[in-house]
Amino acid sequence: MAKKTDSNLYTFLFAILMVVVVGSILAFVATALKPTITENQRFEKQQNILYAMGVNSNEGDNDVNFIPTDKVGQLFKEYIKKQLVIQGNKVTEDEEAYLIDLAKEEAQAKKAGYEKRLPLFVGEKDGKTYYIVPMRGKGLWDAIWGFMSFDENLVVQGVFFDHKGETPGLGANIKERFFMDDFKGEFILDENQNFASIKVAKGNNDPLNNRKEDNKVDALAGATITGNGVTAMIKNYLRIYLPHLKTLTK
Amino acid sequence: MALLSKKDRALILDPLADNNPITIQVLGICSALAITAQLKASIVMALSVLFVVSVGNVVISLIRNIIPSKIRIIVQLIVVAALVIIVDQVLKAYAYELSKQLSVFIGLIITNCIIMGRFEAFALANGPWRSFLDGIGNALGYSVILIIVGFFRELLGSGTLLGIQVLGDPITKTGLYAIGYENNGFMLLSPMALIVIGIIIWVQRSRNSKLIEEH
Repeated sequence: MAKKTDSNLYTFLFAILMVVVVGSILAFVATALKPTITENQRFEKQQNILYAMGVNSNEGDNDVNFIPTDKVGQLFKEYIKKQLVIQGNKVTEDEEAYLIDLAKEEAQAKKAGYEKRLPLFVGEKDGKTYYIVPMRGKGLWDAIWGFMSFDENLVVQGVFFDHKGETPGLGANIKERFFMDDFKGEFILDENQNFASIKVAKGNNDPLNNRKEDNKVDALAGATITGNGVTAMIKNYLRIYLPHLKTLTK
Repeated sequence: MALLSKKDRALILDPLADNNPITIQVLGICSALAITAQLKASIVMALSVLFVVSVGNVVISLIRNIIPSKIRIIVQLIVVAALVIIVDQVLKAYAYELSKQLSVFIGLIITNCIIMGRFEAFALANGPWRSFLDGIGNALGYSVILIIVGFFRELLGSGTLLGIQVLGDPITKTGLYAIGYENNGFMLLSPMALIVIGIIIWVQRSRNSKLIEEH
């Protein structure tokens, strides 16, 4: 005699019951944890933006330490004076501009008739104004993104880069201090005040990056494609932001 | 009296050495290659797999008599998938930085052959307690290898352990770097993990000739 667990009816009922039980457990877990997860994502963005304008908890020379999560909400409000959203030629203020997801905007912009929304932050620290732009591009394996801050002469004041899955020890070093700090003081305009962006360049005979006006920073050995990705990302985004930065800093 | 009977102890100890899931059964290699560039990631991965295999084994073992045999693989998959999603969500909520580092690999626990292998080979035929021990044992066997590989790759590749510089500072040239030592960037690439695992297998088999297959 066949076992009762072999019948088709039993199999169907078991499958249905299993899906209902597992489904409800997962739904419960997801709902319970969702607020914490969204909060983590908010804090991360705020930490990154503040890091780009030099507000961080770094102590040693190699540290990349953010403002702790329990203080970041407060400090973000203090330091970031204005959050702008650029959509085509329209510029509006929006308190939650930092939550704009560039990946989603880029995907939507592929549809006709949609202009992507681009956030721009104006921060103030010790009486100095910072203009912070986000950027997003492709590394070797996956997405890379970051924030870059400028003063009113469009000189880079700080950057923050992050990545989803670059090779540890090679491309992943774009989020290390020695790479990010290289961008400080770099010019994005050439001597004729034309847009030149910043290149991650190999063999530029300036490994200590003493020349800031050459629009180049020293590349990471063994991470050519990630470096090219950073170059492309900076160029693509600064090209869009430059006119707005120029109006703001005038 | 011993805490565990001799048979139960074997469930935990066997997979640590003579029946190690990675070096003897050669299961779970994919994650062993992918996430072992840093010790910390290896440890978290090991803990996550420990949770998923042991709890999964118990669940499967508890329902082993009512699982319709026609769809038992699908049932196993659902159990693994559900547990993995829970681990993923918990990490995102309470260890956000790490969950970003491990990103897709947490999801890939689902495809870790060790887990399905233990469900199919052990939990379906044994009681919950023994299945639990078997899960713990196999996960520990997996963890040991992951941590050994992670240790060597991080030490030789980045000169750090758990992110702390143990060999000196490569930029300011202190410690070992002062006498010309360089980090080996190769260690950070996945193929080197395979070579490290290969060396572990070699050492293990040359110490214990029982493990060498006869041809």
